[in-house]
Amino acid sequence: MFNEPHPDEVRIITKRFGLPNSASIDTYLAHEGYVAFMKAAEMTPEAIIEELKVSSLRGRGGAGFPTGLKWSFIPRDNPKPKYVVVNADESEPGTCKDRLLIENDPHQLIEGCLIAARTIGCKLGYIYIRGEYRYLIDIMDKALAEAYAHGYLGKNIKGTGIDFDLYTHSGAGAYECGEESALLESLEGKRGVPRIRPPFPAVSGLYASPTVLNNVETFCSVPAILRMGGQAYADLGTPKNGGTRMLCVSGHVNRPGVYEIPLGFSMQKMIYDVCGGIRGGKKLKAVIPGGSSSPVLKADECDFPMDYDNYARMKTMAGSGGMMVMDEDTDIVKVALRTMRFYAHESCGWCIPCREGTTWLRKILTRMDEGTGRRADIDLIHELAKNMLGRTFCPLGDAAAMPTIGFVEKFREEFEARLRETVVPVTSPDQLIAIG
Amino acid sequence: MSTSTAAPPTVVNFTVDGRQLSAPPGTLLIDACKRAGIEIPAFCYYEGYSLQAACRMCLVEVEKMPKLQTACTLPVMEGMIVRSETEQIHKARKGTLEFLLTNHPLDCPVCDKGGECELQDMVFRYGAGESRFTEIKNHEPERQWSPVVFYDPARCILCYRCVRACNEGMGVGALGVTNRGVVSEIAPNMVDHLDCDECGACIDICPVGALTSNTYRYKTRPWEMQHVGTVCTHCSNGCKTTLGVRNDEIVRGNNRDRSGINGEFLCVKGRYGFDVSTNEERVTSPMIRINGKLEAVSWSKALGFVAEKFRSVSTAGGSFGVVAGPHLTNEELFYLQKFTRAGLKTSNLDHARSGDLVTLLDALSGKTDALATSDDCYNTKAALVIGSDLSQQHPFLAFQLRADVRHHKANIYTVTPGPVREAKYSAQSIEVPVGGEFDALRNLTETLKGEQELVILFGDSIKGQRVRDLVEWASGLGIPVKYVCLVDYSNSRGAMDMGVMPNLLPGYEVDPHPGMSLGQMLSHETLDVLWVVGANPLRGKTLASKQAFVVTQTMFLEETSERADVVFPSASAYEKNGTVTNVTGQVQRLKAAVRTMGAKTDLEICGLLAKELGLAVEIGVWSHDVVFKEIHKSVRGYNVPLPILITGGAAATNPVNGRVAVDVRIEDIQSAGDTLFTSGELGRYSKLLTSVPEFPGALYKR
Repeated sequence: MFNEPHPDEVRIITKRFGLPNSASIDTYLAHEGYVAFMKAAEMTPEAIIEELKVSSLRGRGGAGFPTGLKWSFIPRDNPKPKYVVVNADESEPGTCKDRLLIENDPHQLIEGCLIAARTIGCKLGYIYIRGEYRYLIDIMDKALAEAYAHGYLGKNIKGTGIDFDLYTHSGAGAYECGEESALLESLEGKRGVPRIRPPFPAVSGLYASPTVLNNVETFCSVPAILRMGGQAYADLGTPKNGGTRMLCVSGHVNRPGVYEIPLGFSMQKMIYDVCGGIRGGKKLKAVIPGGSSSPVLKADECDFPMDYDNYARMKTMAGSGGMMVMDEDTDIVKVALRTMRFYAHESCGWCIPCREGTTWLRKILTRMDEGTGRRADIDLIHELAKNMLGRTFCPLGDAAAMPTIGFVEKFREEFEARLRETVVPVTSPDQLIAIG
Repeated sequence: MSTSTAAPPTVVNFTVDGRQLSAPPGTLLIDACKRAGIEIPAFCYYEGYSLQAACRMCLVEVEKMPKLQTACTLPVMEGMIVRSETEQIHKARKGTLEFLLTNHPLDCPVCDKGGECELQDMVFRYGAGESRFTEIKNHEPERQWSPVVFYDPARCILCYRCVRACNEGMGVGALGVTNRGVVSEIAPNMVDHLDCDECGACIDICPVGALTSNTYRYKTRPWEMQHVGTVCTHCSNGCKTTLGVRNDEIVRGNNRDRSGINGEFLCVKGRYGFDVSTNEERVTSPMIRINGKLEAVSWSKALGFVAEKFRSVSTAGGSFGVVAGPHLTNEELFYLQKFTRAGLKTSNLDHARSGDLVTLLDALSGKTDALATSDDCYNTKAALVIGSDLSQQHPFLAFQLRADVRHHKANIYTVTPGPVREAKYSAQSIEVPVGGEFDALRNLTETLKGEQELVILFGDSIKGQRVRDLVEWASGLGIPVKYVCLVDYSNSRGAMDMGVMPNLLPGYEVDPHPGMSLGQMLSHETLDVLWVVGANPLRGKTLASKQAFVVTQTMFLEETSERADVVFPSASAYEKNGTVTNVTGQVQRLKAAVRTMGAKTDLEICGLLAKELGLAVEIGVWSHDVVFKEIHKSVRGYNVPLPILITGGAAATNPVNGRVAVDVRIEDIQSAGDTLFTSGELGRYSKLLTSVPEFPGALYKR
């Protein structure tokens, strides 16, 4: 999955990938490992947060919220314990970056957590790993054991007076648990349904205590920021969109894979240079730019610098970096159906519009795909998705509605092409008599 | 008072649909609107339980907020401008209802809920005229979870009200959710059946017909019933219950109008225990023992026979003993005590006593307002339960304490001989054997001194001198303390108030000529007459007097009637009017819902007997309202505001404020130890109560 590096890549958080034994603490220590934490131990929490704000690091899980700001919301005078929670429940279709970060460089994640713990004054953290990533739990547990053995976790870490324990926790196969509040419910041992917000996790998160909850990639970016300085990191990207991010390119390109590119990198260059163009010399039809929840882009919309603000300008989103490229032979109705099957299966059932809407849409799209769609169904799909949008309890409903609206609006002709005249095989009257 | 600086605002002003409204800070928008008469529809929101924001029906427009907001999670804010009836909102509600109806069966014509279904109402108001859903509906067959509860997953709209009512309200947590997405359904704790209180709160709170009760399903439509607001008389808590009556048959018990002290709370007995009145074993005719066998006779013959016997015993200077049941109404008890003292010229009068209120009143003499009401149990900042499995024996008071913890973060302390449900949410629970309570209390002293106030609820293990010790210990805490003396039955309190005791007249006035207590009567070897009204004193006990002429007024031929010479069929509490006083001293009205052929109320039987003896003028008219008027006028504490009573409310009585200088025979005070599923003599004749797998239950069960 992780390809040969491309010269256009800027490898900050993937720089140890490919080194022999890259997951071991020895390799990590030999390549600036835990340097940033030792630096953080000398810094005040305010200074760390300031550095993050300067770096303009934004959450890599999908929403793109500024990380420094998020950490600054933690009420540090709150007498309750504080928690660091890593969202490693990577389940967005098209996204496969967090698994590489854990597989190849787990200590970088541990160091990111340590810095977060140092910043908010927390003694306990959890890494919530997607249930299907069973093998990663072993890798992570091994790395944690190494960190404990080398004194980078536990009591009075390296004489800094900082105590921090970190544990892994397995999800049980629910996409919904990637939503932060559902993740916290699941981590507390309850049914994985989202919580009412506010309060946000920064104020009342795990066990109703202040909690820093970020994506794996976000935590992994933090040590680099402290090492190189926030400004240097920010300069890699575009204004307000600092640094690099990992893009998981899949679909009909010649070199699919995960690439670390600076924010603001051109999508055209990404598809045609880094990923080697469309497979078989075909034409580009569409791109789903940030995981299955992001609205689709038509071929002529796929030329813009990829940073959070420009994605938004294109009325789509950076999401979790799961970029799916589709060539001219792709059947958009099938794509829409496959997407909706996923959401109907993963809807947690908590709120009505998402629970009932996704299944209804799945049923209509199935008929459409089977060739028994009606003309009215196209508008119905569009309207039902609009009825879900913005009215569900958590973003899952929006995640199902947004791409569906995009498919219908941008590729309506493909849906119409599926409305064939109904062909009923009728035998001739003579034959009927003969049978009769 | 020091000068207050920046006191938090006590009121928040906001606008809804152009109307200027105000509410205390922290009020949820949906509640604030409701109080102002603006209805915001909701399925999942339920006052008093945790917030869900799952049904998305309560979406409203709020200025400066880009998306529609759920009114059930939004606290009112100063200057907030809200619109609740715009085209956008109507469209959203219509859309949500359309989604709901995709898998909801349209079986309204046969559904129990039809006519009082919240989904039906909402669709009528906001829904689309026709359906665009042409796919196949998901369907799952109906399930029976217990002798009471049926669940139809297809009808369920997953509002999770039942889950919260069971978990938060009842403290049971027998319901949860299984599966995911559109195939989610409510699931019982034992996979395919329930192990719970069988209270039926889940059924009542269900906005649609997904949860239905075995006693009511497919029997009637809601508009075909008459609704009779009365009081449940199974235990002493005095819950208001609304009986649904059709063709002189009770088909449903609930309290959906939330009138009364209990709001919607009812336990299994309150909701389903009404079937005692239709048990086929009921006595329907007076009976006289002829040649050792009870034979049905006419009323006039039986009354004449008893009057004759009473007269001859009276003339010969023989001894009478009168035992009253703690299920009788105040009017019946008052009339009976008057009959006994004025007519039979004796004070050999008692009932099965289950709590030592008399000593408590004496020990508290001079302290006003020291008796807690059921409202105090909900509002107190701290409560202490001694020697009672409250959730089993006093389910409504336990419900009040749970709500107090949920809503007011109250601290509950328990000192009991075994594990109790309160331990799950109490600040401290101590298990000590009976007799060791005061050791535990001494350990709690310092903690309790830190509380602002305390309500002490104590059971029958605290009686006699121990009540005085308790009051002395509590007065040393230095905080305001109120008491609840826990008693067993619907009118145990009334029986004491009405002077159905050998040494106390109505209103706890000392009887100058005290008579025999119940225990003394039973062991009196030459007792001539034992007259038992609505009680069964011979269950597990024997009558020492072989010569005694025994008269009973009863619904069933229980142990005492087996020994009786004459039996009169009496009406159940569902068949009579009157008042009863609950454990916390609140008097409420009992209303007749049905009639049963052959039976008469105990008041009428006593009255007819008085007439037969020529005592009618002296004892008075045997009509419940006339007797109540006398109680209202003459019994201390019962001078309650009549409008409260007449409108079905609960009026607090204040029995006494001074010494009650009598000797209490503590060996006569003993709780029957009823569980949630038993109800003294009555419970065993309820087919439903005896059919649930949890029957008979046990106190202090882990």
